[in-house]
Amino acid sequence: MALLEIKGLTKAFGGLLAVSNVDMAIETGELVGLIGPNGAGKTTIFNLVTGVFEPTRGEITFDGCRLNGLKPYQVTKHGIARTFQNIRLFQNLPVIENVKIGYHLNAKSSLWASMVRFPILREEREITQKAREFLSIFELDYRADELAKNLPYGEQRRLEIARALAARPKLLLLDEPAAGMNPQETQELLNLIRWVRDQFSLTILLIEHDMSLVMQLCERIYVLDYGVTIAEGPPAEIKRNPKVIEAYLGEEAV
Amino acid sequence: MSPHDLTLQVIQQVFNGVSLGSIYALIALGYTMVYGIIRLINFAHGDIFMVGAFAGYFATAVYKLSFFPALVLAMVVAALTGVTIEFFAYRPIRKAGRISALITAIGVSFLLENAGLLILKPDPRAFPEVIPLTVYNVGGLIVNNRQVLILAVTFGLMFLLQWIVRYTKIGKAMRAVANDRDAAHLMGIDVNQVITVTFALGSALAAAAGVLVGIVYNRIDPLMGIMPGLKAFVAAVLGGIGIIPGAMIGGFVMGIVEVLVVAFISSGWKDAAAFVALIIILLVRPVGLLGRNVGEKV
Amino acid sequence: MATQFGWKKIRDYLSLIVTALFLLGLAYINVISGLGLIDRYYNGILILVMVNVILAVSLNLINGITGQFSIGHAGFMAVGAYVSALLSIHLRWPFAAVLVAGMAAAAVMGVVVGIPTLRLKGDYLAIATLGFGEIIRVVIVNLDITGGPRGLPGIPPKTGFFVAEALAALTILVISNLINSAHGRAMLAVREDEVAAETMGVNATRYKVTAFVVGAAFAGLAGGLYAHYMMFIDPKSFSFFKSVEVLVMVVLGGLGSVTGSILSAAVLTYLPEMLRQFAMLRMVIYSMLLIVMMLVRPQGLLGTWEVSQAFRDLWRRRETGEAGRRDVHGIA
Repeated sequence: MALLEIKGLTKAFGGLLAVSNVDMAIETGELVGLIGPNGAGKTTIFNLVTGVFEPTRGEITFDGCRLNGLKPYQVTKHGIARTFQNIRLFQNLPVIENVKIGYHLNAKSSLWASMVRFPILREEREITQKAREFLSIFELDYRADELAKNLPYGEQRRLEIARALAARPKLLLLDEPAAGMNPQETQELLNLIRWVRDQFSLTILLIEHDMSLVMQLCERIYVLDYGVTIAEGPPAEIKRNPKVIEAYLGEEAV
Repeated sequence: MSPHDLTLQVIQQVFNGVSLGSIYALIALGYTMVYGIIRLINFAHGDIFMVGAFAGYFATAVYKLSFFPALVLAMVVAALTGVTIEFFAYRPIRKAGRISALITAIGVSFLLENAGLLILKPDPRAFPEVIPLTVYNVGGLIVNNRQVLILAVTFGLMFLLQWIVRYTKIGKAMRAVANDRDAAHLMGIDVNQVITVTFALGSALAAAAGVLVGIVYNRIDPLMGIMPGLKAFVAAVLGGIGIIPGAMIGGFVMGIVEVLVVAFISSGWKDAAAFVALIIILLVRPVGLLGRNVGEKV
Repeated sequence: MATQFGWKKIRDYLSLIVTALFLLGLAYINVISGLGLIDRYYNGILILVMVNVILAVSLNLINGITGQFSIGHAGFMAVGAYVSALLSIHLRWPFAAVLVAGMAAAAVMGVVVGIPTLRLKGDYLAIATLGFGEIIRVVIVNLDITGGPRGLPGIPPKTGFFVAEALAALTILVISNLINSAHGRAMLAVREDEVAAETMGVNATRYKVTAFVVGAAFAGLAGGLYAHYMMFIDPKSFSFFKSVEVLVMVVLGGLGSVTGSILSAAVLTYLPEMLRQFAMLRMVIYSMLLIVMMLVRPQGLLGTWEVSQAFRDLWRRRETGEAGRRDVHGIA
């Protein structure tokens, strides 16, 4: 059974069908791309899977559990983490705190305990230690005490991925991770994504506009247009698919 | 009480509520316009209403002006006050964030109140009888000429405001800035000028309310702006803050609710009624009566 | 970078000295207060400082840390004040018990107000909390047991300086602990970005309500202390102005900074007293100072800085010695 299974997923905003009857199935360990022209409904699918929106119709199943109607924080607890198209870091918190939020789920002390304990407790020290190690994986440890908003763009993107991984997900959703990056940064990101997938044995679904990145990185691609899946398959097939070419280049070009 | 009397009394109270509501509506317009343009809860706005009332008082009691010249003078004085406050207190802090601006506005409000207490003295003053009172009985409905005056002035000013906002160049610029300040700026609109005009218009409307309150309720004092200011702000939120017709409707709703509570429950619950109405509406429609729900983009 | 490093070091040492002086001053006050040598007038101001510290630090948890803009804090203070005062007067409960009961009642009120209103955001939340605060006040005016608008006299005088001081210290300790725990981090995350916090597994609603309830409980404690110091309370003492006063303390100290809240609560309680010689001009000067301070330092006196940061930095530098220069700033 697939890790993430989407069946007949539909989302209507007023009269507009942002996502219409989409089926997807992602197996454990896969690296899948989700592409399509602007406004095709890609981010909406992310928002539906992560519980930001509730589906109008359809089923979302993850790891055997039905996700429909769950709140975002509950979805995260099932093992899905994500990044955002327009980076959403905790801007006024230090870099290390951004990552530490990820350990929130594992924090044991209750509210009462945390109010009456003495300031420096072992658990907190352990979390700090782990967070630092984690940051060093992403070569961000030298920035640990700086505010997230003061990081350069590329590092902010990297920090957002690091933060998502700190929640220990099984499935990682990346929303245009290469947006705004130059070719060299994109290449580094590509290596990073491959590396984290192996290192954390992740399943990854990513939205991307940079075709070369998607074609190089993904094993399988879904193409969305006007909220409908128009193609699905390995990169080589997608490249030749006339429907995809039409969606991207317009009818005249065919 | 027979059903007929009850109906009559309800109509009577609704009428009274509408005339009280006009006052709230006039003040609420200033709140909502300023909020629409710079997203600031201008806490000092209620005190501008007080400044207007005192300007009207001096114009009539000391300089013996008649109603309309006094009204215009009060509106001009308040507009200048509003513009001055914006220039010295709000403009320098505009980029610093909304909470800092709000605290500054609270500071300005305290300043106006305390300067008022210092200069004008705390004792209430009797507003001159500019308009002699005449009471009419329209089929059992008790109406006086001052209530009619309030309604006439309020509706007149509202139509004028609507005309300015809809059809004049500066009005169009105001709407553009309210919609998207940066884009408006890029289109060559002088944003500072628009903000100045907004403060001037809003303050002038509050001053008109101040003069009307002086005429109808006869008593003015330096702290008179606090409660009406607060309630007018609630009215603006009730109608959907930033929306001009919303402020008008919100003002009338507040006035009617308040008068009905006083008439049928108890005057002790008057102030609570306004806030209960506010909370109920916010819980049912979190963006106010006329507000449109703009979802956050994720 | 070197200059910035030097400045940071100076600031850290300076805050060390200021803190030391502050503690010394506090110790001095405690000694003369213990010997019964303190002026009645100053004793009163000191108690009010402590009450305001509790209010500011607890509102800071809601506004500064969790980012939920509340201006109804006086309402919770009122609940704590009236509940504890009534229990003292009618049931003659011991002081500790009435304070706890006042806190509990305010916390319950926090749940009642928080659950419906915390769905709202920004200015709408602010105005709804303001509304609830006013409703609480109007209810007190209209009840018989509270003495209505005339107020409630005959509350036993039980709040002394030491009790107020100890409870203010306890409040600071408990709230700082909460802020520095995983739960506090979740609250900060909610402040920074609710959507992102939720996708990191933080139940935003739960944390907003938690901050609100904890804040309300401590406001209730402040109310109980206040009532048992003044011996008389009336609804006017808990109007919207009291809420605004506390809000001003929090923003002026620096939203999110506990140190700032404490500092500005103390300054803003003492300042009007200091200005008393100016008589009628007093409040005019006060409001002008408020405006000028906001214009000069819109982020508040301390921004989000905490005095504990200075100690941590100094400690870290001592441990690493000159290696402290390998500070992030050195590389950047």
